[in-house]
Order: sequence, then structure tokens, then C-alpha cells
Amino acid sequence: MNSNPTSMASSAMPNHYRQPLLQTPFHNRARALSQHDSFVAWAGYTTVDVFTTPEQEYFSVRNATGVFDLTPMVKYRVVGAGAAAYLNHLVTRDVSKLKLHRVMYVVWCNDDGHIIDDGTIFRLGEDEYWLCTAERQIDWLLDAAIGYDVEIAEVTAEVAALAVQGPTSCWVLKQFGLVGVELLKPFELGYFNANGIEIMASRTGFTGDLGYEIWMAPEDAETVWDRLMEVGRTRGIRAIGSQALNALRIEAGFLMPHYDFISSESTIRLGRDRSPLELGFDWLIDFKKGHFNGRRALMAEQASGVKRRLVGLDIAGNKAAHSALLYSDKAGQNEVGNVTSAMWSPTCKRNIALAIVNAPHFAMGATVWAEIYLNRELVWERRMVQAKVVEKPFFAPERRRVTPPADR
Amino acid sequence: MAANSNLKTNYDCIIIGAGHNGLICAAYLAKAGKQVLVVEAAADIGGAAATHEFVPNFKVSSAHLLHLMPQSLISELGLEKHGLRLAAQELASTALSADGKHLNLSASGVAAQSPADAASYPVFMARMRRLAGSLSTLFGATAPRLGTTAWSDRFAFLKLGWQIRRLGKKDMRELLRIIGMNVYDLLEDEIHSPALKGALAFDATLGANLGPRAPGTVLTWLYRLTHESANGGKGLSQVVGGMGGLTAALANAARGFGAQIETHSPVARVLVANDRVSGIALQSGHTVVAPIVISSADPKTTFLKLLGPEHLDTGFVRKVHHSRARGVVAKLHLALNKLPSFTGLAPDALSGRLVISPTLDYLERAFDQPKYGAYSPAPAMEITIPTVNDPSLAPAGQHVLSAIIECAPRDLRQGWENAREAYLTELLAQLETYAPGLKDSIVGSELMTPVDIETRYGNQGGHWHHTELAFDQFYFVRPVPGAAQYSTPVSGLYLCGAGAHPGGGVAGVVGRLAAQAVLAKAG
Repeated sequence: MNSNPTSMASSAMPNHYRQPLLQTPFHNRARALSQHDSFVAWAGYTTVDVFTTPEQEYFSVRNATGVFDLTPMVKYRVVGAGAAAYLNHLVTRDVSKLKLHRVMYVVWCNDDGHIIDDGTIFRLGEDEYWLCTAERQIDWLLDAAIGYDVEIAEVTAEVAALAVQGPTSCWVLKQFGLVGVELLKPFELGYFNANGIEIMASRTGFTGDLGYEIWMAPEDAETVWDRLMEVGRTRGIRAIGSQALNALRIEAGFLMPHYDFISSESTIRLGRDRSPLELGFDWLIDFKKGHFNGRRALMAEQASGVKRRLVGLDIAGNKAAHSALLYSDKAGQNEVGNVTSAMWSPTCKRNIALAIVNAPHFAMGATVWAEIYLNRELVWERRMVQAKVVEKPFFAPERRRVTPPADR
Repeated sequence: MAANSNLKTNYDCIIIGAGHNGLICAAYLAKAGKQVLVVEAAADIGGAAATHEFVPNFKVSSAHLLHLMPQSLISELGLEKHGLRLAAQELASTALSADGKHLNLSASGVAAQSPADAASYPVFMARMRRLAGSLSTLFGATAPRLGTTAWSDRFAFLKLGWQIRRLGKKDMRELLRIIGMNVYDLLEDEIHSPALKGALAFDATLGANLGPRAPGTVLTWLYRLTHESANGGKGLSQVVGGMGGLTAALANAARGFGAQIETHSPVARVLVANDRVSGIALQSGHTVVAPIVISSADPKTTFLKLLGPEHLDTGFVRKVHHSRARGVVAKLHLALNKLPSFTGLAPDALSGRLVISPTLDYLERAFDQPKYGAYSPAPAMEITIPTVNDPSLAPAGQHVLSAIIECAPRDLRQGWENAREAYLTELLAQLETYAPGLKDSIVGSELMTPVDIETRYGNQGGHWHHTELAFDQFYFVRPVPGAAQYSTPVSGLYLCGAGAHPGGGVAGVVGRLAAQAVLAKAG
């Protein structure tokens, strides 16, 4: 049966409440490179928002290699003879199809078919998985374990992790000592010994580019960081913060909890939670695999049709449509949705956004009007600009999939 | 098992459990023309409403008094034709006192002993029965669903509102004032005699894990009174042959309508195909096909054990898992070689029921220890000597004493296997103070702890009502939201046990309402 979660770093830090935010094992290195002392709270840790400028960090990933400290991402270890059945009941995708040493992107829902969180499942062993999530949710995970032969424990603090992303990332990791890392296919993971340091690497990421995530013991963290920076110097390696990552993920069409949807466990107002069908995750739902959390509600929603949908927008002009309300008419009489994430895409040279749009205005190719406010030296201007519903992702280079990647 | 050889492969409906609710549900469905199979895990039908031989030639029923079953149900199923006989009805109740000054709970008995209550007690009880009567649509009909726009649900609320409004302004205000209260405060307001307060509060808390000071104990009392007033005024009754006489009549009625009842047939799993019920698998390995399965087992057993969480959403499983079902009632059965004699008690009172709950505080304290995993050293009891009205239960001239004991927690700190003997000794010592010489007349005994009750009847927690009858597990949220109208999240699976609305006691209302729900949905 399920067990209580193992305690996190807090038990090793008796005075943890004096310092509400924990530091990751890379903190000292990150602080040394941070030019703005710009830190933000993420899942109980303090992490760098901007090292130099968001633009410079962004371009390091699109043109070279960016390194992002993802240690705070919540990780649960799920182990036991019933682990696969448990996860299959938890999430909407068919986890029984997840092979050993593979990774799967998943979402999971409450009884109403509304998303609690999205994340990834790593299959590390026959009956051993990691579930990586945005939010802590041990209560839900343990209640979901009632009746399953499975043990669940949070292991966030037991693992240090870096995302190493960008067109030269494979080269950097090879030089670093991950022999054969170039053979990893997308969503595949492997175990490596890099000059005496045990490292698990997975070809995963949140940038839509070629990239890897590497997982190590916290005590090896600083050594790994130092050696990565050293071998990557000739390939333009650069530490990146969360602002740059946010721009990268919007181009890749990835959703960010709290921005593009809010967990159904934390919404207060009625109707503010979102179903995977509304978020365009139809492809993540396997209605044929048997029962899973929210299946009956999702079947009913699918039968009646979704009321709104998260779509990509291509917006006229070059002013990012942050939080813009959307209308079906230029006069702004009929509100039909709102932008959840927006940016000028330097790589696509398009003004792009993710937005929730009501039926029927979310149809591919449909036109809506975005109400954009511009602050021009403390004078606000309002623009109504045309926006078109377009396919996501906005940026999907072939190199993200090619195996082995180009050796550069 | 050979017992399964006469099973057909297909039925319209399968009912899990041949307790009174299962049998009543079976009888109504069979009466409506359904092919019905009832499967019972035990060797005998009846569940907790059976009569069993606890000492050679001495028989007793776990549920020993009938007072909640509506007369309409008895006549609709023709139970009298099928052998239901009452050995006695309108049984008197006597509140025992250690000093021998016992209190008969009739109006005249109270008047004789507590002149201060003489005028007000009958008025108070008449009002309580009136208020309870206004809730008959609440306790006697399927709970409406919340948040729907269906007219049937709106109408049910309107009807309930109308019945309460019809009480008149004064009674309606009184009902709304007291319905969420605790019975302790209510009785302190209304009654003078400590003995009378203690005895009335006992009825309000009987079977619950709620002491008289717990909010909601007026509600549980009204539940009891509703059925009493709906029962054509027959009050407490005793069935010939014990409660097994009732379930035998129910089984006869069900069989008469064409239902098949199989004992020795424990269910392993409720089978599901394409997200709807497809039948059951018996522990013997047999599978039986049916599009409708109705479980009289408690909600935790039904959903978490027989169906399995894999067919349910986690939020629902969480609610079922966390529903409160901690039994605090034990049952003591004594085989006696002579009629016991209670100090100061007229022998004719032995045909009725005897209550040990001398004061409100005594009863409240009895509920204290179970909170901390201990049994009460000064328990409250309901005692009957069924052989006075029905000599068939024991050899000639000998007797059976049947006592409901409060409060003994299911989760006793030291474990019941280590405490059983000591507890029995304490109980007998307490009885001895009221009935000197009782101990010497004991031929044999049976003590059923909540764990024994759980083991024998398969109700997780060993609770009288399967799940606690309290405001948060009541009416349209009983046993849990999503299963409050007898249907469940899995199509074809229904509930018909005490865990469903309105609740436990040998009432049978759940069985009848569940059958109506099945027929309304399945036609």
C-alpha cells in the first residue's frame, strides 16, 4: 500500500522556516553568474530569473547552448508492482505503452475531467517511475493510490537537475563525457558515467529545440556545472533564467501552469479550471485504455463539444498582446476570449500568443481582434489588432528530432 | 461450490447480500417482473437481521427489535402472508436505575415518578413525533440531486419544504431551530427528570458514534421517530422467531415473486466491461452475467473491494475512503437457566426493553472512551429478554438476554483479542448490580465486539448504519456525493444497504427505494 512521503530537505534543515526559500545545489554558481541579483521563487526554491538579459539567454538556446537549473521541478518516485496500473489510472495517456527508459508527457485530471497538472513520467525500471510535476500534490497522489500496490515518495531534493538545451548541446554533453548521448532518441533516457560522475540524461526539455536534461546527485552538482561551462565555452554555453525559458516555451507551444491554465486543485471560482480537451490535449487522452481519472466527464464533454479551446494566435503588428482580451469584432462589442501567453518571437519574426478562445471562434484560420494596451512613456494607448488562429508550435526545428544530432 | 450448481448464467439483476435490505430490494424487483438473483456470503440469509443459535438450543438476533419498518412495506410485500408474526408490539421501555427506582417511559410512568414532567413530557413527545412526521418525505423517499434543473429534483425539494411548512409556523420554527442541535441541550431545555433525559438521549444516539452532546443527535433521533410514527403506531415490536422470522418472510416473499436466493456464495468482484456492470464473479470461480448489480454491502466494501478503485475517479474514492464508519456498539447474548430478576423491577417489565443510561452525563461519558481507543467502563445498554414474549428461542423455562452495549470502539487500543474476557467480566459485573444472581444463571454467552460484527456481517467498521448517520453523510450526500440516489458512477451498479439514504436499522426503506431507482432507470 501507499506510504507517507519521505520528508524533503526541510527535515535536514531544522531551521528551514527562517529561510522560506531553499537553495538548489547550483545556487552558489548561479549567484556568481547573476548580474542583476534577479531571483524568483519557484516551487519552494529561489532560482534565477535573469542572468544577463533575457534576449541574450534566449538566443543562447536557439543558437548555441543554454543551461537551466530545473532542480526545483517536483519529482515523485513511484515504485511497486502496481506502479504502471496506478499511473495509468492517474493520467489520461496509456502509460502501459511507456517502454523502459522512455519518457512520456502526460496530464492528469480530477473527477470532473479538469486538469490538475501536466508533467512527465520517466520509466527508470520495470516497476520504477518518476512523475515530474509543476505542483506539489502528494495528497492527491496518495489518495489515487488507494487500492494499488505502489509506494510514492517525493524525491525532489534528492536529485539535482540541469536542462542543457540548444543546437550545440549534444556536442557539449559528449565533450563533457556522456559517451553515446547522441544516440538518445527524443523522450529516451540513459545512464552515463562521465569521468567518475553518475549521470542520468534524458532527451527532453521545455524549449522545443534540440536538448537534454541531466540528473545527478546533489553533491556532484557544482563539479558538473563547472565542467559543463568549461567544455561548452567554445560552443557559446550560457546559464539561462526563467524569463528566457518562458519565451522559448511559448515558441514551442508548451503550456505553463498558472499562465495558460490553473490547476483544478487550486482554482476557487467556478468554471476557471480547464479540461485537456479545452487545452488542445485531445492527443493525450486514450479513451480506449480503460478507466482513468476524469474519463466519464471527458467522454461527456467530448460528446457535447468543448465550449472554449486554447489555440495559437498570429497577431498583426509587433506589440506583444500580453493578457489581451479577444473580441469577434473590431469594435470590441463581443468578447470571445483572452490571451494567456504572448511575445514577439525573434526567431519566427511573428507576434505570437497562446489564447483561450470561445466556440466557435477557435476554429483554425478564424480571425479575432486583440485589444492591446501599450505603455508609451507612461501614456497608455489602446490598439485593436487582428489575430488569426494558427497551428502550434510556432517554432519546431527539425534538429529537435534528428538522431544523432549534428556534431557541432 | 456445489451450492452454485443451480445458478443460471444470466439474470436481469443481481443483489449482493441477503440482509433485509437486499431481500426487500429483490422482492420489489422480482415483483416488477425482473429475473433476480440474490447472493449471500453466509450460510444463512438475514445478515444482521437473522436469528442464530449462539449456545446449543438458545437463539438470538443481532438486531433484536423491529420498529423502523413502514407498515406499507409489510403490506406491499405481503409479509404477514409469508409468515411474519409479531410476538409482541408496543413494547414498554424502562429506564433502569441502580437504586431500584426504575422509570417506565410511558406518560403515566413518567408522571408517577417525575411530577414536574407529567404535563410537559407527553406534549414534548407529541411535538417530536409531529416534527419527525414532517420529515417522512425526507426519510422515506429518494434524496433529490443538487445542482440539477430536473423537475423531479425540484419537486422533491418543494415537497419537503411544503411538508415542513404545513407544520404551521410554530412547529416549523421549532424544527428548524432544533434539527442541527445536540440532543443533550434539547433535553436539558425540555425535561426535568435526569433518568428520563438519559433514556431519551440513549435512543437518539443508538448505533451512532455520536454522544448526546454531538451536533446532529436530534437528527438521528428524528430519524428513529419518523419511522416509529410511520409504522402505524405499533412502536417497538418483537418478531416471532427473532429477526430471522422477518427475513425468512422476506425471503419467502422474494421467492414467491420469482427471485432466486443463493447462500454460501461470497462475491469476489463486481465485473465491469466497457465502463458498465456486466455481472459478478463469485469467490467459487463462477461468474454470473447481469446488466444490473445492486449491493447491500457497505459503501467501502462495495466500491473499494468488490468494484475496485480502478473503475472510479480518485475524488470519489477519496470520499468513500474517508467516509466515517467507526462502530462503537457491541452485542452481548446470554443463555440463562432462569428468568433474571432485576432489583425493584416488576416482572412484567421484562417483556419490554430495559435501558441503562441513567443520566445525560453518564451517556456522554460512555462515548468519551472510544475517542481514545478504550471501551467505556460504565456502558449504556439496551436489554431485552426475547424469550419472555417468544419462548421458542430457548428450552422450556430457560431464557435469553440480548443487550446492545455502548460504547466499545472497533479500534480498541490493546486489540479485542486481548480484551474480550476482561470486557465480558466487566459487563457481567455491571449487569449483576442491576440483577443480582444473574451470573449464576448463565449457561453460555456470546460477546460480539464491533470487530466480530464486522467479520460476521462484512460491514467495514462494524457500524450499525454502515456509515455514520450525520449531517455530512446524510440525505443528498449519503453515503457520498455521486452515489446518493442509489446509482453510482459505474452504470448498472446500485447501492441498497444501510450506507445509502436514509440509513440503518431494520427499516427496509433503502431496499425499497433502491428497487424503485433501478426500475426508474432500467424500466
